[in-house]
Amino acid sequence: MSSTETGPGGQAHGSVQEYVKGLILSIILTVIPFYLVMTGTGSDTFVVIAIVIAAIAQILVQMVFFLHMNGSSGQTWLTASAVYTVFIVLFVIVGSLWIFEHLNHNMLMGH
Amino acid sequence: MTALTNDHDLHDHDDHHHHEAEAADRYMFGFWLYIISDCLLFATLFATYAVMGQNFDNQITPNELFDLGFVAVETALLLLSSFTFGMAMLGANVENMAKMKFWLIITALLGLSFLGMEIYEFVHFSHEGATPQTSGYWTSFYSLVATHGLHVTAGLIWMSLLFVHFNRDGFTNENKIRLACLSLFWHFLDIIWICVFSFVYLRGAM
Repeated sequence: MSSTETGPGGQAHGSVQEYVKGLILSIILTVIPFYLVMTGTGSDTFVVIAIVIAAIAQILVQMVFFLHMNGSSGQTWLTASAVYTVFIVLFVIVGSLWIFEHLNHNMLMGH
Repeated sequence: MTALTNDHDLHDHDDHHHHEAEAADRYMFGFWLYIISDCLLFATLFATYAVMGQNFDNQITPNELFDLGFVAVETALLLLSSFTFGMAMLGANVENMAKMKFWLIITALLGLSFLGMEIYEFVHFSHEGATPQTSGYWTSFYSLVATHGLHVTAGLIWMSLLFVHFNRDGFTNENKIRLACLSLFWHFLDIIWICVFSFVYLRGAM
């Protein structure tokens, strides 16, 4: 991270165009899942997958356009810690679901 | 430490800005590590929510209560406030006090409106019979969404304190770092909200 001109949180030199791009993409990625759920378009599986993809895409959009993260060599530690976080978050959420799923399954006596 | 001192000797004394920028980078990275630990806090709350997802105890369910139009307005307020904070940062980059303050006030108003809507929603849900004590599902719902709401509250308090700092000292290095940290915090809260509206409200309303 040292002495690059960009850092997390827009400490450095984003531009109006960058923020506007981020805003427009975010609006599009918000409207799509809301539209699908509110109108009941498509099967449940399709809608859930669409929600997940739109959410991940919007998180990436905001990291790039609002937080100015770009994976450049000046941001090595930033990128490394972000990737590490993604893994820990996945372990916590997927791991919890996996454990409780098995727990529920094994506790269903006589069913 | 030696490396730092050597570095200082080798390079020059005149390049003050370089060192200030390095110090700012270090502060920002420290704050970034806090944001990461906050991510883990939210991860545990989301995990709890996912595990408790079907534990309704024959009580009221989310799809009876969730109003997606209402949530869409909340989402718009928070997303817009993330954008307006970006505009405030652009003002701060060129040390334009009026511009920075204008956009920061808009951001605070959007944040306050969001918070007002959330409190209204909680009161409404409670009246309809969904309190944190109702079932495992509602306990996890309130824990998750209210933790996000408390973060927004903290952000708003921080924002008003920054106003005092900027009024008193102007664009000092410390104030710029404070503002950059709050900017990171505020954008982070909008990113958490993306997960909340996607996995709690949209999924819950299906």
